[in-house]
Amino acid sequence: MFYRLPEFNYYKASTLREALELVDRLEDFKVIAGGTDLVMDLRIGRYKPRNIVDISEIKELDYIVDEGDYVRIGALAKLQNIMESPIVRTKAPVLAEAIYQMASWQIRNVATIGGNLCNASPAADTAPPLMVLEAKLKLVSKDGERIVPVTEFFLGPRKTVLKKNELLAEIIVPYEKDAGSSMIKLGRRSAFTLSIVAVATLVKVENGKFKDVRVALNSVAPKPVRARSVEEALKGKKVSLEAIEEASKFVVNDISPISDVRASAEYRREMSIILTRDSLLKSLERIGYKIEG
Amino acid sequence: MRISFKLNGKPVTVDVKPNEILLDVLRLKLGVKSVKRGCERAECGACTVLLDGKPVYSCTILAPQVNGHEIVTVEYLASTGELDSLIKAFVDKAAIQCGFCTPGFLLTAYALLKENPNPSEEEVRKALEGNLCRCTGYKKIIEAVLEAAKHFKR
Repeated sequence: MFYRLPEFNYYKASTLREALELVDRLEDFKVIAGGTDLVMDLRIGRYKPRNIVDISEIKELDYIVDEGDYVRIGALAKLQNIMESPIVRTKAPVLAEAIYQMASWQIRNVATIGGNLCNASPAADTAPPLMVLEAKLKLVSKDGERIVPVTEFFLGPRKTVLKKNELLAEIIVPYEKDAGSSMIKLGRRSAFTLSIVAVATLVKVENGKFKDVRVALNSVAPKPVRARSVEEALKGKKVSLEAIEEASKFVVNDISPISDVRASAEYRREMSIILTRDSLLKSLERIGYKIEG
Repeated sequence: MRISFKLNGKPVTVDVKPNEILLDVLRLKLGVKSVKRGCERAECGACTVLLDGKPVYSCTILAPQVNGHEIVTVEYLASTGELDSLIKAFVDKAAIQCGFCTPGFLLTAYALLKENPNPSEEEVRKALEGNLCRCTGYKKIIEAVLEAAKHFKR
């Protein structure tokens, strides 16, 4: 009542097919799933769509399935269910770790993973873990489907490669065996907060050398990013604190932070280096390489 | 448009506009005043309700989205006695000052104890992270929930 939402026409889809027809036919619409971002955005006037397409009750998009080498997560799976899923905890623990640090119980109970990705906030917390896991996204439309790596999904703040008539249907998460992973999020307080910067890392070690290194960050660029400079600097190197500290500094080449209400660009740069180092050390520790940092 | 859902154990049918939020439907159309209008931006938890048994913020849910679902608030749980141990613990531990946030805290704590009857302090803190209190400093609320857990009947 105090802050009325703008008026809109409301369409509810109960099947994916219905939803795809609606987004194909309608103009000037926004899709609502959990609504925890969209309703706020409507209230503050960020969007004023003529139509709202409600996909929140499309049951066929709400699942977590173990396929052995990978996990399929429906776009409408709730964050809380993903976080609690034994499948995700076993096969994509860094995703569960990231969600544990997201929002609050009330929000995680309704917010969906698809919504977090499609809203495409530079601070999306499910992005860094999915980027280090090299997850793929299944985008569907009336005309068919295509698979896009999550690393290519974001174009900028609130912009993705999704076409007007496409919906994100599924997140395909590879099971990275023998990998250590971690996500560290820094916010203005310890719980229920937006990230100032968050870093996810994944490492594989063979014969004491880095076999694979993946680093992804949010809130330090117009979109969530992979830190390729850090990754390249470490691949093939002997595992050591010096190598990690040296490589972590390169993260500044991969990011372009701004100053905003949450933190200054300088602080974000400094914290990106420190959190990259800390998250790499934590990832290593989880596969048995304890290095004092 | 007309929506029907179960509110505090009883079926209700109400005319809404699609851009109305659940919070307004509950407070202004159905007279459920325990659900508080706090920040109206999914940050404070004063508007918490149980949607199909799970705590959610009623300020971010569009009215049409509860069609066919079940909403529970403290009015109902107090009448069934299910909140007795929590209410007693909140009073005994002085976990209430102005009381504005209390219905939200009670619902979240109730949902926690339903799911996890013996939570650790850490688990209580985690569950309650989405409810803000500007008076008590949380310590007494957390103590109250831990105390209530000893007597809570699932």
